[in-house]
Amino acid sequence: MAMSPRKRARLIRAIQYAVLVAAIALLVVLADWDKIQQAFFQLDVARAMFPDVITVALVNTLIYTGLGFVFGLALAVPLALMRLSSVAPYRWIAGAYVEFFRGLPALLVILSVGVGVPLAFGVILDKYVSLMIALGIVASAYMAETLRAGIQAVPKGQVEAARSLGMSSAKTTVSVVIPQAFKIILPPLTNELILLTKDSSLALFLGASIAEYELTQFGRVALNQYQSLTPVLVAGLCYLIITIPLSYLSRYLERRTGGRKIKTPESTELGAAA
Amino acid sequence: MTTTDAATNTSDAALAVEVRDLHKSFGRLEVLKGIDMQVDHGKVVCIIGPSGSGKSTLLRCVNLLEQPNSGSVKVNGIELNDPDCDIDTVRASIGMVFQSFNLFAHKTVLNNLTLAQRKVLKRSRAEAERIAQENLERVGLADKINAMPSQLSGGQQQRVAIARALSMNPKVMLFDEPTSALDPELVGDVLGVMRSLADEGMTMLVVTHEMQFAREVADEVLFMDGGVVVEQGPPNRVIGDPQQTRTREFLHRVLNPVHANE
Repeated sequence: MAMSPRKRARLIRAIQYAVLVAAIALLVVLADWDKIQQAFFQLDVARAMFPDVITVALVNTLIYTGLGFVFGLALAVPLALMRLSSVAPYRWIAGAYVEFFRGLPALLVILSVGVGVPLAFGVILDKYVSLMIALGIVASAYMAETLRAGIQAVPKGQVEAARSLGMSSAKTTVSVVIPQAFKIILPPLTNELILLTKDSSLALFLGASIAEYELTQFGRVALNQYQSLTPVLVAGLCYLIITIPLSYLSRYLERRTGGRKIKTPESTELGAAA
Repeated sequence: MTTTDAATNTSDAALAVEVRDLHKSFGRLEVLKGIDMQVDHGKVVCIIGPSGSGKSTLLRCVNLLEQPNSGSVKVNGIELNDPDCDIDTVRASIGMVFQSFNLFAHKTVLNNLTLAQRKVLKRSRAEAERIAQENLERVGLADKINAMPSQLSGGQQQRVAIARALSMNPKVMLFDEPTSALDPELVGDVLGVMRSLADEGMTMLVVTHEMQFAREVADEVLFMDGGVVVEQGPPNRVIGDPQQTRTREFLHRVLNPVHANE
């Protein structure tokens, strides 16, 4: 006897649940829990990492990320404006910058700034400064593109209203366009901050004194010291402490700004003429 | 008092708006094919015509939101096509009201009104806020001073937009279909504000589909079609007793929309 489609769908769903439960049960029975606990959950190792993992490593991760983000944003604003400039060479320069640094691995940029520049030019850069520059350069390439899209998403009528009141192009950009563009790009900008938080782990390759350790470096040293995976787990949790609230923030902002469109019956201007 | 006056007192005798042989094309499409028109000080001129006739483009040429291809546009005697003309200063003396309101979405009503006063006319915060308050009272929205534009109805937004333009003490006001994006029951409030402006002697150039308003308020009506001024004159002649066939057909369609397709 043939089954009705609805009954068949229900049966298939039941089978899927059964397979899932069986797989989990098998995993629980077969796994060597003692060994896993020894590798990942050694409480004394975890305890030994505190409080330095927070007061030094987490703090440094935040500082590197923050410095890189601010510096990147400071570069991204002029780059985005150059991308939209009426002066063609500005567009070319900004376009080349974005394509160049967006296409390179972040690690390569960090090594260039942190190791290459001191070797080539004989200048010793402070660890914080070199990471700020390197992470900033990487982030700026992405943020410039995001910001450009945001600026272009500001309705044309906003610019026309400002210009019709006698505001110059520069005043319009600063007082009307950029504030609204930032509101539009807040969610993607938060995502960029999450990516940058993870990229800050590449500081590992520059070497550091203990006071300069960030989470990944800290975790790696502890990993060697204790011959245990627990430090990796602790470091990982610390990253999640930073990134999960950020992604919730991003989603919240997206809901708040994405739902409400700026009203523009983007109307007859050209339409009426055409 | 301010830069506005310096720009406009060059010649009080000059016409408020004077357009001569104006041509404007978008690509290969010629939208304005030689327009001549003028607005005297203190007068209200309404431009009517079918969509696509170039009315909005003409209006936008008067404050150079569109750059004409050739011809002359003078506002208070200042030639806008002159390379020496400081267009920002001239624009500060021309108020513009858009079909889509275009209030600054990120600013409160008060800051919408004070932004250009402070950035362009260099007024102090206190003075700008006092003038903003006055103009909001003028359009009947003093209680909305701290609202965001998104919290207002279309009619309220448009009245704020008018107050914003008035806060610059303009010599001329341009209205680009100010009621076309409004729900029918909100049109009256906006037209009421415009009517009282006209009564106060404001020089106004209005692109509109509101025939009743044009008839009652305008000193002169221009009928445009296909990029030219087909007919112009006092409203009771152009709207009441049109001479041109195209004008008659247009008015027939607008005034009898239900029967237009018969």
